[in-house]
Amino acid sequence: MTKPKPRSTGVRSGRNDPPEISRDELAELYRRLLTIRRAEERLQKLFADGEVPGFIHLSIGQEAVSVGVMDALRAQDTIASTHRGHGHAIAKGMALEGFFAELLARDEGVCRGRGGSMHVADMNIGMLGANGIVGAGLSIALGSALAHKTRGTKDVAVAFFGDGAQAEGLLHESLNIAALWKLPMLFVCENNGWGEFLPTTKHLAFQFGDLAAAYRIPHTKVDGNDVVAVQAAAHRIVEAMRDGAGPMALECMTTRVRGHFEGDAQKYRDPAEIAALAARDPVRGVADQLAALGLGVEAMEKIDGEVVAAIEAAVAHARTGTDPSFEAACADVYAEGGRA
Amino acid sequence: MAELRYQKAIGRALEDAMAADPTVILFGEDVAEAGGSFGATKGLREKFGPARVFDTPISEAALAGAAVGAAVSGLKPVLEIMFMDFTTLVMDALVNQAAKARFMFGGRCAVPLVLRTPHGGGLGAGPQHSQCLEAWFAHVPGLKVVCPSDPINAYGLLRAAIDDPNPVIFVENKSLYASKIDAPDEFPAFEIGKARIARPGRDVTIVTYGGALRTAHAAADALATEGVEAEIVDLLSLQPWDEATVLASLSRTHRLVVMHEAVESFGVGAEIAARMADIGFDELDGPIVRLGAPFMPIPFSKPLERAYMPSVDNLVAAVRRTLA
Repeated sequence: MTKPKPRSTGVRSGRNDPPEISRDELAELYRRLLTIRRAEERLQKLFADGEVPGFIHLSIGQEAVSVGVMDALRAQDTIASTHRGHGHAIAKGMALEGFFAELLARDEGVCRGRGGSMHVADMNIGMLGANGIVGAGLSIALGSALAHKTRGTKDVAVAFFGDGAQAEGLLHESLNIAALWKLPMLFVCENNGWGEFLPTTKHLAFQFGDLAAAYRIPHTKVDGNDVVAVQAAAHRIVEAMRDGAGPMALECMTTRVRGHFEGDAQKYRDPAEIAALAARDPVRGVADQLAALGLGVEAMEKIDGEVVAAIEAAVAHARTGTDPSFEAACADVYAEGGRA
Repeated sequence: MAELRYQKAIGRALEDAMAADPTVILFGEDVAEAGGSFGATKGLREKFGPARVFDTPISEAALAGAAVGAAVSGLKPVLEIMFMDFTTLVMDALVNQAAKARFMFGGRCAVPLVLRTPHGGGLGAGPQHSQCLEAWFAHVPGLKVVCPSDPINAYGLLRAAIDDPNPVIFVENKSLYASKIDAPDEFPAFEIGKARIARPGRDVTIVTYGGALRTAHAAADALATEGVEAEIVDLLSLQPWDEATVLASLSRTHRLVVMHEAVESFGVGAEIAARMADIGFDELDGPIVRLGAPFMPIPFSKPLERAYMPSVDNLVAAVRRTLA
């Protein structure tokens, strides 16, 4: 996925004041949103067909958070992700070939078929890992932010976490330490209203904004399904952090369209609630905006065609990949080296 | 010749490692201004500044996770956890994150972190400040565990641990902090995974590590008066452990006792006994005997704690069992 060109437009603040964005820029965001959407739709099918082993957790409906936040990041900025991390990985720049090969458990995968969906990572692009443990990425991002500060860079570390992870002690510890040490750490809460099978109201006795305020960390709440709003907030926040503003909190109100995991029948959800999610679809929203800005159906279909072609090429590459070697896996339990 | 205490040797190793490598940082509860609960880090903040040596909130879980995050972002963190009992709070960061990152990310990263922590009873510190939990960590693929027994090997192993690209649990027996030796002109290098023969002998091999070395030496002295020459193998490193050195010693003495302060059941001794019963079976002229603490929490009262700790008499009796 190509990184964005430097933005040329100016004011982008406030949800009531539509940010300025050119049609080309919006089309680029659309391409990135669609890449995640189509990749996960493809995974959905591959999983149903038995080609993807294990568990997968899809972020369909949450793509604008990944695309919007990552637009503000540079390659050397670091992110720690969650069990629902496909979008984060792709938006941070993970190549589709390595991504699909990993999900299909191939040696050509980014983790050589040892991690799978919940552990996609690539240190070279600052993707410190999806994570099978709820909340664990928070303290990893905290340490990465500590490293950025100690090394004197202007890089930032971002922790993505769901509303459910707010009940983990690690969030509270990490907020405190980040605030205390003024670390360049962005806490991105992807509030999709659900923690596994329970609604947020049955998980939490507080709002994230109140929690951030308790630690004196500035908190911004945006429509997490509006990629332009997320992008604008992320740029403003990350720029301030590069200037030494310390930790920040960004809460993105978003929607989990699929189940907690793929195969979850979601019997605990009201069908009307699920049906209403379509109206907030972050991808369709941008498509509508592009249409209103005069981008033709053909141009939109061209983008979709290119995205799908790239995904199909990656899937084909993964399918022809090799099974990982057990010997090579055994050899990677420990790193070689150190002083004898 | 100047004296060198165990905790000073640790401080010296940290100092030399930090001077040699600007990516080494040191943090933990009260390690900076106070110089550590046991004084091992005194003076380091003054020498290296607050960006590299700093105190932390009482947030063990986040600190251990932060050590992982820092280690994959270009630093070599050395985290102190004040008592090994508190490592219950860092388990996710160590077991699910640090230990697995290299493997599960395809061998494409390293996690060069060191977690220093004191273990062991004898101070009347009670059930939650005295435990020896090293076997838990030795059970996790991806972690290394070392437990030095004197100031010289404490220095060498800590330098090796900091230089190691893997997460290393560096266990310091509290009873050793005040132990001292004549300071060497130059510290010898130690390799993680190598044991040493702490005392040569021909009749029985006693394998042990850390603070229990002193119990082993006292037992060997007592046995010597009866004409029994015990060879003591000081493991130094528990994961990986030096199978070859233990087997070679067993092949000389044909009798084996494995002893440690940690609870006997499911411990380091069980692993060594099982392995030697397999690969050393033909060498054995008697049963392999384990000696560790009884299967109970460590009590607070002095007489109770004394009864709990594996003693010289217990070890002598264990040796007699295998010689019988």
